[in-house]
Amino acid sequence: MKARVHVMLKNGVLDPQGEAVRHALGTLGFDGVKGVRQGKVIELDLDETDPEAARANVTRMCETLLANTVIESYNVEIG
Amino acid sequence: MHAAVITFPGSNCDRDLAVAFEAAGARVTRVWHKDTDLPEGVDVVGIPGGFSFGDYLRCGAIAANSPICRAVVAHANRGGYVLGICNGFQVLTETRLLPGALMRNAGLKFICRSVDLTVATTQSDFTALYQQGQSLRIPVAHHDGNYTAGPELVAQLRDEDRIAFTYGAPVNGSVADIAGVLSENRRVLGMMPHPERASDESHGSTDGRQIFAALTGALTAA
Repeated sequence: MKARVHVMLKNGVLDPQGEAVRHALGTLGFDGVKGVRQGKVIELDLDETDPEAARANVTRMCETLLANTVIESYNVEIG
Repeated sequence: MHAAVITFPGSNCDRDLAVAFEAAGARVTRVWHKDTDLPEGVDVVGIPGGFSFGDYLRCGAIAANSPICRAVVAHANRGGYVLGICNGFQVLTETRLLPGALMRNAGLKFICRSVDLTVATTQSDFTALYQQGQSLRIPVAHHDGNYTAGPELVAQLRDEDRIAFTYGAPVNGSVADIAGVLSENRRVLGMMPHPERASDESHGSTDGRQIFAALTGALTAA
């Protein structure tokens, strides 16, 4: 079973890298980009076949290692 | 005083940290990240600078979940002393032994230079030999030293006098120019600047030496 985790900086946490990307887009002539937030996508290939068990397990992985919940939020997609 | 200095794959200030502790009179045992226990009778654990596990995922995140870090957390929870420098500070925030997080520098560049630091509190066994407000010259070398904390946490750190050092001028975007913070029991210190690189005449500054001297003095007397 596949799982996909999106990790993003929480709203309100300044994202210096996203800001740099926004500036670069403006320099390249892409107007009208009001904001850029940069995050991570982590794909996992699991032995687990039960979606609910997989979700619970991946959520524990996020809390333990994949995200720093002080500054980041995460979202788990299963399947 | 017995200090343990941990080495992760990618640590590169571990030897310098051991030398700084030894120069202050401490006995030092080097500890490998896969060890599950600290040596018997360790007073202080030093978590060195570097790029543990290549900074993969987040700086310090994988190190914080390594076997030795479980022992370090237990040591801290028993009231043991821990000094985390640079990557060591990142590891300490990732273990949650220290609050807040260290993000990419606001200017996005790796910063490697000597900076002015201000001693924000002398009320700790790390900073007791400094004067309140004393200015120190100590190098920084980091890409992710932008200390991030919400206004409530910053207010709490101020109220509890847990900001150990601040930058004399903005360096990396850190909130309130925070360069180092103490735990609630004041026995865990994390700081981005490198006092071990300012602890010998040949370094050009010996302003960092008093941290090791203060610790050794406090823990030898005890």
